[in-house]
Amino acid sequence: MSTAVDNTSSGERDIHDPYAYELDEIDVSLDERFEKNTFEGFFERLRKEDPVHYCAESENGPYWSVTRFEDIMKVDTSHGIFSSEGGITIAEGQADFELPMFIAMDQPKHDEQRRVANPVVGPMNLKEMEPIIRTRVQTILDSLPVGETFNWVDKVSIELTTQMLATLFDFPFEDRAKLTRWSDVATAALGTGIIDTEEERQAELIECLTYFTELWNQRVNEPPRGDLISMLCHGKATKNMDPMEYLGNLVLLIVGGNDTTRNSLTGGVLALNENPAEYDKLRADTSVIPNMVSEIIRWQTPLAHMRRIALEDTILNGKHIKKGDKVVMWYVSGNRDESVIADAEKFIIDRAKARNHLSFGFGIHRCMGNKLAEMQINIAWEEIMKRFKNIEVVGEPVRIRSAFVKGYSELPVRLEAW
Amino acid sequence: MIKVTFIEHSGDVHEIETETGSSLMEVAMNNDVPGIDADCGGGCSCATCHVYVDSAWLDKLSPPDAMEESMLGLNTMREENSRLSCQIDTSDELNGLVVNLPEFQG
Ligand code: HEM
Ligand code: FES
Repeated sequence: MSTAVDNTSSGERDIHDPYAYELDEIDVSLDERFEKNTFEGFFERLRKEDPVHYCAESENGPYWSVTRFEDIMKVDTSHGIFSSEGGITIAEGQADFELPMFIAMDQPKHDEQRRVANPVVGPMNLKEMEPIIRTRVQTILDSLPVGETFNWVDKVSIELTTQMLATLFDFPFEDRAKLTRWSDVATAALGTGIIDTEEERQAELIECLTYFTELWNQRVNEPPRGDLISMLCHGKATKNMDPMEYLGNLVLLIVGGNDTTRNSLTGGVLALNENPAEYDKLRADTSVIPNMVSEIIRWQTPLAHMRRIALEDTILNGKHIKKGDKVVMWYVSGNRDESVIADAEKFIIDRAKARNHLSFGFGIHRCMGNKLAEMQINIAWEEIMKRFKNIEVVGEPVRIRSAFVKGYSELPVRLEAW
Repeated sequence: MIKVTFIEHSGDVHEIETETGSSLMEVAMNNDVPGIDADCGGGCSCATCHVYVDSAWLDKLSPPDAMEESMLGLNTMREENSRLSCQIDTSDELNGLVVNLPEFQG
């Protein structure tokens, strides 16, 4: 247990202890608790004592936390009351550098733009991508050093998701590391080793825009194809996008498709190690993999929250939410809600109704790439199980310091072949 | 009891006798009809229970509400006869109902 203390308001106390606080002092959005993996107790307490919780003061201003499954569903599906316009994380964007993207738009514009991008992860494209992704997964797995300690995040999770993204954009393969970099830059908290200032972030994202503008200019003069850039530059609703909107949509796909899948790939290895009986189940019968993939995505909850702004006064589970209030849906909490998910704290790979989790959100903003994500993770586990009897976690995971992107930068492992 | 028929994209036919009252999605789930995931459990918020309703039956259904309309509207493979099966309540009036399952949910 960490000994970090908070002496801003009421003397020294352990910031990782949920009961070191009065209820109304609880701010579940501290990045540090996600890094130290101590956030869960706070949500457990809120689900029990104050499921729709107001926090008057935080680094990100006042906000409501919605912590139970059913209430989250309600907010996520009431898009006429709870708006995504302008941003979907608890943090405030930079007013002078707002990236417009459809995840952060309301109807009708959201729908128009989503419909254009949608086919890129549609069933036809997925069918075409399947064998490409499988071959790439096989190549990556076959190159791993059996019997040596290495970082699973770098060698597998990042590599695999980056290659998938490169496929999605038909991005020059040799430059694919740029995609990972831009994804990291777009979401990193300042001063955590990736970027130090907003100016740096903007500069790198403009670089990203420049690169993709060149790809746009090439593809706009070629016949339409199945990659995302071609779809955007030929699509009726998107072909006149302004550059910032183009950048916004790129960043959306890069981030949406990258960290989330990456951290599910890492999370699965960790979860199986923490639950050896489940790992045995998997070894005994790999037909459980599709169900396990849903369970991994629930267990990991790669995006801890999404935020909304109330468009009108409304009542949620007895609480009066005012027009303009910031409302944060904590998927990471709803996915542990015992009133909807039996044994919610347990990782059970053959769980009944495993698909019924919140990690992809619900309603009009429900993850557009969920089938692609599931397909990738499925392929990864199918190919892993053909090769390795055991992926042993041999050291502590290093977690990302973020209350939004819930994931890992390091997971030291050692492989044992069959 | 009424009879409802699900036709998979592959052509496989599932004829099911069912009590009335539950949603068409639930009928499919309870009888292991493949191709309906129902990720949201009937909340009209995941659109993984999409069906194409045989035209003979369309006007027997109440029209989609705003939420269903929104969810259907995002799908570029939506047709005139597209519905979310969790929003169709089985009733005596629907005895004999036939729906086709979309390829994209296969
Ligand atoms: C396990 C992996 C993934 C998780 C957990 C995840 C999670 C989410 C969540 C929570 C949302 C927002 C839902 C809401 O606001 O209600 C979302 C939206 C989105 N995701 Fe994913 N995602 C994953 C993978 C992907 C992939 C692989 C792609 C694309 C290649 C992708 C693209 C998108 C897009 C475009 C949106 C915006 C949808 C909209 O606003 O209409 N995601 N995702
Ligand atoms: S079950 Fe989710 S929309 Fe019908």
